[in-house]
Amino acid sequence: MSRRFAGAGRVVRRRLLVAVPILVLTSIGMFALGAASPIDPAKQYAGSAAFTANPEVLAQIRANWGVDDPLPVQYLRWIGNLLRGDLGWSTSRHEPVASVIAARAGWTLLVVSLALAIVLLASLLLGALAAYRRNGIFDRTLRAAAYAVEAMPVFWIGLASIAVFALALGWLPAGGLTDVTASGTGFGDVAHHLVLPVLVLAISQAPWFVLFVRDGVADSLRDDHVLAARARGLPGRTILFGHALRTALLPFLTLIGTHLPELVGGAILVETVFSLPGLGGVTVQAALGSDFPLLAAITLLTTAAVLTANLATDLAYAAADPRIRLDA
Amino acid sequence: MLDALPRRRVLRLRPGQTGTLVAASVLAVAILACLLAPALWPLDQSAVALDQTRLPPSWAHPAGTDDLGRDVSLRALYGLRVSLLVGAVAALVATVIGGIVGGIAGTLGGPVDRLLMRVVDTVAALPHLLLGIFIVAMLRPSLGAVIASIGVTHWLSTARIVRSELLSLRNRPFIDAAISGGAGRRRILTRHLLPHVLPRLALATTLMIPHAVWHETALSFLGLGLPPHLASLGNMINDGQGSLLTGAWWASIAPGAVIVVVTLAIAALAVRWREYLDPRVRAELQL
Repeated sequence: MSRRFAGAGRVVRRRLLVAVPILVLTSIGMFALGAASPIDPAKQYAGSAAFTANPEVLAQIRANWGVDDPLPVQYLRWIGNLLRGDLGWSTSRHEPVASVIAARAGWTLLVVSLALAIVLLASLLLGALAAYRRNGIFDRTLRAAAYAVEAMPVFWIGLASIAVFALALGWLPAGGLTDVTASGTGFGDVAHHLVLPVLVLAISQAPWFVLFVRDGVADSLRDDHVLAARARGLPGRTILFGHALRTALLPFLTLIGTHLPELVGGAILVETVFSLPGLGGVTVQAALGSDFPLLAAITLLTTAAVLTANLATDLAYAAADPRIRLDA
Repeated sequence: MLDALPRRRVLRLRPGQTGTLVAASVLAVAILACLLAPALWPLDQSAVALDQTRLPPSWAHPAGTDDLGRDVSLRALYGLRVSLLVGAVAALVATVIGGIVGGIAGTLGGPVDRLLMRVVDTVAALPHLLLGIFIVAMLRPSLGAVIASIGVTHWLSTARIVRSELLSLRNRPFIDAAISGGAGRRRILTRHLLPHVLPRLALATTLMIPHAVWHETALSFLGLGLPPHLASLGNMINDGQGSLLTGAWWASIAPGAVIVVVTLAIAALAVRWREYLDPRVRAELQL
């Protein structure tokens, strides 16, 4: 077991060697875009007062913030502050960026991880069953449904589910995290409110995973070791879940990591539809208000999170497959 | 003499191709309706009818009316015009970027190829809707910003396709033959490599259109997309949210259904086209 992870340190180091330039390049690109933006931060800060304010006051604000310094100086100051943990001041919410993110990241993480867990469980089960009777009724229905759902914008699924389950049937709330009358965030209340958003996000992400598992299992059902298992007379369920699915799982593991950016986008849209107090809603608000500090911090942190998750899936791949040697 | 030759039938349907026919008809009707709309059913985007708000679907209004009394079906048709046009232009922009990057990587190979592919992997690891939102926010929401946002985030698959196609072509015998025949770099590129890559590029663009439409729709839904006078289907879904909560579901659901049907038709046709270009894929799928 220990030999299997002999190269883990080196893989982490090699990944960091790629991840750090990615983050630096992304931050430079974002900063350049922010600098090219036609919005004057001093006027944005002053709001409508900018029209009546003394030009000297505005000039003083500009000088204090150093927005007229050369761009490389400004970039290094911004990055330096980020690295020291000072994420800056959100111009759209008028509070520190760090506290905006700290108050909301948890809800987004909760929605995303619940949806991912459901997607993984459902796609493994449905994909394997569809592959077992290839081109059978279940397989064809599932594939048709997957292609159809793939074409549906996630927010449209969300709105349709609100129309049906919240308004027409009245089973679940249409949005928010708690009842209007609630004073805190009780577990049952929050769970009741998260059913629709999490399911909608899961359904919208499922097609890709289901089709992948289905193709993978369909392929591995033709492998020699599966044939051998059949020859030994093992029951179909054991062959499907114990033999074919296990082999198909390996490539699936790394691909979860590559699909995470998609999941983040879905989460932003779902949170907007259901007015959840996560990072999605605040991202849109920051974008509408051209709030560079908040938007840049959210984008960079999310990118870092996705890169970390990619690394984690790579390590998990090595843990799951004894043939993979990290030091190779 | 001519009669002896077997007649080529333009449309030869095999079992399982009814889907293709349906997709082609849907797309043809949609495009025709988009082209003819201004002549047949002129629409004044600013006209409202406050005595006819939120009417349910009926013969006069097949998809009902919205909160300003406007006919949802007619606005959806105009929204589809905008969405398809923006989607096609943005897909083309993404293809040009991807084609250039993939072309350079595939023809030069070596360290340039490794570096460019590293860049591709990098951008693929970024959450692209978030990046798109960032671009639009910094450039302020407009037609150009939306197209830039899609172009910058959607060129990766094209770059990968072009690169791998070029790399596999490089070692084929006919390229060796052309080199030993004395063809220069430029001639090989334009006469031998490009004709092989162009069909793939056209297919990649077509496959990209649904993705571009979805991205534009998402941005417009968030209020970060096209301005109201260029209302796309995403703008309509956004506008319809208020009506939906009062029970007039059609104002949001109908424009979304148009997106689903049309993008599904484009994707289905593109998949058939890929099978035609690469029969091996089809063989694998049919096994």
